[in-house]
Amino acid sequence: MSLDPSYLQYPKRRRGMDHDRYPFSMLHERPPLRWPGGKPLAISIVVAVEHFPLNQQGKPFKVPGGMTTAYPDLRHYSLRDYGNRVGIWRVLRALDAAGLPSSFAINAAVIDRYPTLARTLAARGDELIAHGLHMDALHHQGLGENTERDWIESARDALAAIGPEPRGWLSPAKQQSALTPDLLHEAGFAYMLDWVNDELPYRFSTRKGSITAIPLSTELEDRFVMLNNLHSEQSWVTQVSDAIDWLGSEASPSSPRLLMLLVHAWVVGQAHRIAAFETLLARIARAGACLLAPSAVAAAGAKS
Amino acid sequence: MKPALDYYEDAPYFQRPRIEWPGGKRLALWIAPNLEFYELDPPANPQRAAWPRPFPDIDGYGTRDYGNRVGAERLMRVLDGYPTRVSVSLSTALCIHHPEIIEMGLNRDWEYFSHGIYNTRYAYGMDEAQEREMIAESMALIAEHTGQHCDGYLAPALTHTESSLDLFAELGGLYTCDLFHDDQPTPIRTRSGARFVSVPYSLEMNDTIVYVVNKIEPRRYGEMLKAHFDRLYQEGADSGTVMCIPLHPYQVSHPHRIAAFRDALDYICGHDGVWHATAREIARHYLDRYWHGA
Repeated sequence: MSLDPSYLQYPKRRRGMDHDRYPFSMLHERPPLRWPGGKPLAISIVVAVEHFPLNQQGKPFKVPGGMTTAYPDLRHYSLRDYGNRVGIWRVLRALDAAGLPSSFAINAAVIDRYPTLARTLAARGDELIAHGLHMDALHHQGLGENTERDWIESARDALAAIGPEPRGWLSPAKQQSALTPDLLHEAGFAYMLDWVNDELPYRFSTRKGSITAIPLSTELEDRFVMLNNLHSEQSWVTQVSDAIDWLGSEASPSSPRLLMLLVHAWVVGQAHRIAAFETLLARIARAGACLLAPSAVAAAGAKS
Repeated sequence: MKPALDYYEDAPYFQRPRIEWPGGKRLALWIAPNLEFYELDPPANPQRAAWPRPFPDIDGYGTRDYGNRVGAERLMRVLDGYPTRVSVSLSTALCIHHPEIIEMGLNRDWEYFSHGIYNTRYAYGMDEAQEREMIAESMALIAEHTGQHCDGYLAPALTHTESSLDLFAELGGLYTCDLFHDDQPTPIRTRSGARFVSVPYSLEMNDTIVYVVNKIEPRRYGEMLKAHFDRLYQEGADSGTVMCIPLHPYQVSHPHRIAAFRDALDYICGHDGVWHATAREIARHYLDRYWHGA
């Protein structure tokens, strides 16, 4: 038994990355970046509002949080839809009580199915982020360029129909095809939240120009900590708190830091979890950080 | 396939010749950051997929890239506050991709040992000549880019063949990190009869196993490190023990995890009986004094 000789050849072994999307750069060497308001630590809250289709195709894989049982999976369908009927309203009330801004990443299907919710979110004036068509519309190589472009433009236009044209994008399951960044740039998006390789915004090359990548702190997401790792609500609050403390200790005017926190209406909006979210919001309010929308994060990054 | 490994002899833990560490220390502590490079689009291996998602798996790739862009330097700054000695398990292609990280480690007098070429190139399916070539090239990369002789080996992504340890010993290696059978160094029998030893690494204390496989809370990881240390330190009063803390900058350096690690390190380094050593120093001390008698 042996492997093909190409397995011991390394054509992309070269200085920097093994692709051409961005140069390698370490966080501590970045050029100075200044958040609006001048505080060294910025926090950005993104709430995902999602629709998980009952007739899940699972291409190219079953989305985390998606349907699990034989068709029709009433339990997971309705449990996720709870986020759009109950959870999101609790989240909005908690945000308003804390006096904190948030942005909302919305599947186009939610706008279609929940017009009152869509109008309410648009009327708040918070930033709305295109989050694809729905959670079973994963971007992958098998789609082909034309279909993927159509999906991206449809998701953009669904948001543009209820408010300003969106500047930001979050792929369902953060899954991209090799062309997604190019198509996002060509569809007018200024930033994407899919790449999780950093803690600050950075320029990401596409075939016709560049887009800003803003990494989310995936391993602090409500879904990751409480549903994937099965840690308690209290532990989630502790972990985010510890992250705020650490980033705050590192942040300085010449080397600012950023916490991008993604939560899901169907996760933190549950009755037994919303108190933890409220506790966390109070902690964030005390952090001495500036609360930024992702487009402000992207704009600050573009100036650095 | 063999029913069992035959690298080492039966040697009941409390009935061995006493190991004494330099200066009468009880416990040899070594810190083992895995500095790795994962390829976005590696060639397929017949026995293991590199990524769970289809190309491009930007989730898996980005998670690892974070370790090099953010995690490595954050970990260095924490370690700079302690007398610990560091031995790096190195994806040796990192010497070419990110020489600035290698340089930062050299400035701290870190040891480098081989963790293969890439953590997305597995030994599974290689014939012996291929695996020898891969290991030898990784050792050559370390020599060329760090000036160090590569004395240790941890197989890339822990992918082994029946020949892996034999090959590394024949190529001039001194120690393996691929065996998890003991808390003390163990003489390892390889086919060449070379002087060769297992230096305890650890899966139980490995941050990736802790966080990804066992899904442990960050602060509990800190408590586990302290408990592991306490027992080995206690036992080390009778015969020297080894504690390794294997780390990955893409795991331990997240801002919600790094403080728990620092607190454990703070506790451990508060004990006088700790020999802060590299894996190479532990291996040589053992080989020079105890290998023949064990």
